[in-house]
Amino acid sequence: MSQGNEISESVRPVGLMRKALKLRRTKIGLTVLLVIMVFALVGPFVAPHTQTEFIDMPNSLNIPDALFGTDYLGQDVWSRFLIGGRSILLLSLGATSLGLAAGISLGLIAALFRGKLDELIMRIFDVILSFPQILLALLLVSMFDASPWLTILSVGLSTTPRVGRVIRGAALSVVERDFVHAATALGESRFRILFFEVLPNVSGPLLVEANLRFTYSIATIASLAFLGFAPDPTAANWGTMIQENSAVIVVQPWGAMLPVIAIALLTIGTGLFGDGLSRVSAGIDRVGKGD
Amino acid sequence: MPILKFILRRLGLGVLTLFAVSVLIFLVTQAFPSDPAQAILGRETTPESLDALRQELGLYRPAVVQFSDWLFGILHGDFGKSFVTQMQISEYIAARVGNSLFLMVVGALFSIPISIAVGAYSALKRDKKFDTVSSTASLVLAAVPEFVMGTGLIMFLSTSVFHLLPAITLIDAGEAPWADLSGIVLPVLTLVLAVTPYVSRTMRASMIEILESDYVEMARLKGMSERVVLLRHGLPNALGPVFQVIALNLAYLAGGTVIVERLFNFPGIGSALADSVRGRDLPVIQFLTLMIAGVYVLMNLLADVATVLATPRLRTSLK
Repeated sequence: MSQGNEISESVRPVGLMRKALKLRRTKIGLTVLLVIMVFALVGPFVAPHTQTEFIDMPNSLNIPDALFGTDYLGQDVWSRFLIGGRSILLLSLGATSLGLAAGISLGLIAALFRGKLDELIMRIFDVILSFPQILLALLLVSMFDASPWLTILSVGLSTTPRVGRVIRGAALSVVERDFVHAATALGESRFRILFFEVLPNVSGPLLVEANLRFTYSIATIASLAFLGFAPDPTAANWGTMIQENSAVIVVQPWGAMLPVIAIALLTIGTGLFGDGLSRVSAGIDRVGKGD
Repeated sequence: MPILKFILRRLGLGVLTLFAVSVLIFLVTQAFPSDPAQAILGRETTPESLDALRQELGLYRPAVVQFSDWLFGILHGDFGKSFVTQMQISEYIAARVGNSLFLMVVGALFSIPISIAVGAYSALKRDKKFDTVSSTASLVLAAVPEFVMGTGLIMFLSTSVFHLLPAITLIDAGEAPWADLSGIVLPVLTLVLAVTPYVSRTMRASMIEILESDYVEMARLKGMSERVVLLRHGLPNALGPVFQVIALNLAYLAGGTVIVERLFNFPGIGSALADSVRGRDLPVIQFLTLMIAGVYVLMNLLADVATVLATPRLRTSLK
């Protein structure tokens, strides 16, 4: 499956980014993404109240001290909103990084070694892929506890085979190319070949994949919180806030509306940015939710 | 028959995968930190009654025996009893499985034709206004998590902006889901919006490929009307790859509904799973996850087989 030896500029991550940023959707996506990220990271430092402080009667609006009123427990909606993005953002970044690291390693190993090892890795992937992503994460988190590490681990685990398949697919054609044969003939170690010869040549699909996995990690981690499995159930968290305050939407819409808007903007921003990336790199098709 | 051989091989692989899935589910749930007997009896209990209950639940048997009994039971239609309600799981599920199926079928009935039509039309109007708008819309819909979209829809259509629809479904498990039709509009709408982008995007890509193919060019050169070209040559050939995507999204509809059912209080499999997770009802969790994974594996299998059958190039390359 040799694809010729030319390395087009578009496979290099820097070139890819530069090209992608010429598209309007990439610019909009990146801007929205950065704004929400900065907001979520800086928010906890500027919140006027602590996340569990009792301010006034539950579900009140028009309180001089609280911009968006109080939530179902009488806590300040605006402060909880400012604080509640950080955990989702950091956990999603952690889970995505873990899933990428494991998926890249296993995908590259499968592509280079082929044979029985490849078969074994792919079958293990099949088992993990038999669970919808949210289901596997929910199973693990509910059985043990929703500590930050387990959340990262379980979402990262369900991300691994999805990344692994894409990287393996992209790497299969690269390992057949002459420079890899040359490196093997020169006696380079397999580790060096994998990470210094093959990996840079699949960085286009990798970048697109990384972005997509980040979007789904945010969705999965926020959904876990919505189902009641946030690392700290009393802490402010956008997913938890939507769940807690959706019963009182009629009297106090802000408690659910602010996090709904924030999560929507965060995922749309990531989605637009990723779409820009995939438009300028080779055709990658997505076939299903969470696929 | 190479096709038969392919299907059998794929079936074998599916069974093996499911077996591995069941081992995994059992391992994860066995490593459960809290004691099921303790969970049932609560804190105020004596060591003797705890011991008796553990005996009754068979928790003292070796793990391998527990596992094989469990799997054997399921294969013989004995799914076990819920720890929490003491109900037979088969009974508990029976009241809900129809509801989820109904939600899934209605969702599919709306989303599949809509997404095929939108995808095909976008391909025809490639890079024109309709295509740009629909592709941006599908991008946005694909990115936003279902519970966020669902909550947004609730606020828009039932509580804060308009007051058109009920925010939750008001039916009980065992009751027919069509007893409250207005209550299922929002859950169905959320599912349709979640699934449509994927199918329509694949349809668009596939249709564009077909429209640029030599035989469509040939048909046009022969002087066929555009209508005939599209309906006879374009659409049927473009549908091949779409089958696979449809099957995968049906699998999603079956499994990913945990969130949507929970959000709208819809008494189906998904909300049963959410409840059992909350109540740490081990046998129900084990059975439901296995069932959902089973649907997933089956749908993947159907998708693979349908793709091979629908693509002549793949069909003839089978050995």
